[in-house]
Amino acid sequence: MKRLAALLLSCAALTAPAAAQQIATTPSQPLMLPADTFFGAAAGVATNSKGDVFVYTRNGDPTITLGGSRAFAHGGSSLYEFAPDGKFVRQLDKNNYGFLAAQAVRTDAHDNIWVVDAYSDMVIKLDPEGRVAMLLGRKPEAVNVPAGEDMGRAPAGAPPASGMPSDLFEGPADVAFDNAGNIFVADGLHNARVAKFSPDGVFVKSWGSRGTGEGQFASPRSIAVDAAGNVYVADRGNNRIEVFDNNGTFRKAITTAGDPMALCISPGAHQYLYASNSNPVNDLDHGGEIYKLELDGTVAGKFGRAGKQPGEFGTVNAIDCRAPAALYVAEMGNWRVQKIALH
Amino acid sequence: MKCTTMTAAAVALLAGTVPALSQSAATAAATAPDLNYQAVPGMFQAPPGDTLGEMQGVATNSKGDVFAFFRGPSTRLWEFDPQGKFVKEIGKGFYGFQFAHSVRVDRHDNIWTVDEGTNMVTKFDPTGTKVLMVIGHRPDAEEGPVATPKGPLPPDGKYTLCRPTDVAWDMQDNIFISDGYCNNRVVKYDRNGRFLAEVGSEKKGSGENEFNLPHGLQVDRQGNVYVADRTNNRYVVLDNNLKWKTAYTNVGTAWSACISQGPHQYLFVSNSNPNGNGPGSWAKTGQIYKMELDGTVLGKFGHAGKLAPGFQVVHMMDCRDPNKIIVGEIESWRMQEFVAKGGSAASTK
Repeated sequence: MKRLAALLLSCAALTAPAAAQQIATTPSQPLMLPADTFFGAAAGVATNSKGDVFVYTRNGDPTITLGGSRAFAHGGSSLYEFAPDGKFVRQLDKNNYGFLAAQAVRTDAHDNIWVVDAYSDMVIKLDPEGRVAMLLGRKPEAVNVPAGEDMGRAPAGAPPASGMPSDLFEGPADVAFDNAGNIFVADGLHNARVAKFSPDGVFVKSWGSRGTGEGQFASPRSIAVDAAGNVYVADRGNNRIEVFDNNGTFRKAITTAGDPMALCISPGAHQYLYASNSNPVNDLDHGGEIYKLELDGTVAGKFGRAGKQPGEFGTVNAIDCRAPAALYVAEMGNWRVQKIALH
Repeated sequence: MKCTTMTAAAVALLAGTVPALSQSAATAAATAPDLNYQAVPGMFQAPPGDTLGEMQGVATNSKGDVFAFFRGPSTRLWEFDPQGKFVKEIGKGFYGFQFAHSVRVDRHDNIWTVDEGTNMVTKFDPTGTKVLMVIGHRPDAEEGPVATPKGPLPPDGKYTLCRPTDVAWDMQDNIFISDGYCNNRVVKYDRNGRFLAEVGSEKKGSGENEFNLPHGLQVDRQGNVYVADRTNNRYVVLDNNLKWKTAYTNVGTAWSACISQGPHQYLFVSNSNPNGNGPGSWAKTGQIYKMELDGTVLGKFGHAGKLAPGFQVVHMMDCRDPNKIIVGEIESWRMQEFVAKGGSAASTK
């Protein structure tokens, strides 16, 4: 199994700005799974325009089978749909070839459901009914023994972790869309780049490589686009959110939200940026809070901390903020999805 | 822990470091006329709640039933009716299914699968309920998984295959197998599976009687064998005894071949687009060529694209009826049907 956590520890500062105003919250866990079904590591959560909730979670056994000497990987993650009141609706696409290690789920303006899988190296677009509509990336045919990188690694001589000029990924982390439907992939668990595609999946460009400079990334773990088309990238490990214009030109770094791992930009006339200073999986004693920011990086407030109680967070991997006063938060550490009402 | 401070190097956009495409351009592209084949939208759908996967193999039988051999959560073989409605799954859990590569139907409507995970070629009866013959030997589990194999390829064997890719038959029902990713040869067996001849070996090569990834094959009514010699970007023509005749090198990448039935047989080949869809690749690849058996290019249709009716790495075609082509694609997880408009000549403009 590829290690997803290695980078989390490399240079996480976990120092929070002290002055941020505390936001009062009411946490709940409204999502109800059927009997004998459980969330595992909750990687992704997203709502559509109707308020339906989608959760992509690692809750099964990734299985390796032998075909000759080659090792093939199967299964391990599930995509669930819930009604706005939290009632279970269905499991989507249980036989999907690309569902191995859940990483993210997002919805676009047309209620398509986008799944990002860290092990199959794929970004999978499902239509609102859950049928495969478009695919980016390709699942490696066989598992490397021992583990190693696949087709999406940067060619020799290219900047480190800058990837391929294509839709081949190495541990894609997140996906976002601008108002024109362009697709932005944070290819961030093993590569350190952002790749842009046209709405019909044509590779447009790619930017970034491993490093601490402007436009570089330690680990681009989450991505969001504002209404003006600016691209916000959680540069986990570098304690910053990098902001780019729509074509990848660096604009600024936001350093007021700890070491961000999950981002969400709310819709509406006044957009907010939510960013989680997620605690590493082996540390419950630092960080863990979520920031509410203006798009310019000004802190409007914060809430939560690392912990296991309601309203506390264990390694937040995704935030849904379609309703900016009632967030859904998916936790890799606590194996749950919380709904957080903000007051 | 402190962050290592690195010099902020100027981030060169990757566009400057695009590796050259390994594919040679299809020189026929400029002159081949466009053929008017139109996709039938949404023709083949998985049953509700289920999902197609990487579509390696597509084939029809004499009744028009359609078989799809694909990589899903496991490797699966599905049957659809001629209208595209799902009928049933065949061989669920079969020991010879691990990593789909090809499905073909012989002139008696038996269904043959080629699996490059188990290294097996399997003959099912027309109903898909009985296994009539297997060729090859599935490697035994106690050999364990192996990292990238090192050293020379193991010698080819008469009755073992190494990631085989395709199967075809002549009118005497002799069996021809392209073999494959770790052998580089074509093998001929008699109708009972007894070894008769081979050309090529485990070694790769680009000369006559050599192959570099023989990825598919077909046999015409005269018994000639057409081999998609993928990495060599050529279609090789052999006689029935596997003697070298010629090669066609003007239609780009050599992923898959299909020869139609009927009194006048045509050869369809796919200049499939590469993995990753890098910049510029769609301009050079993606179309399917229709040819005479002698290599004359009659025309082309289709183009690379993520969305239907575009192609995402065409892996196999069924062309039993040359005016109705069923295309299986790897990277879109779909199967599309294309129908020629404007009569049997299938040409326009």
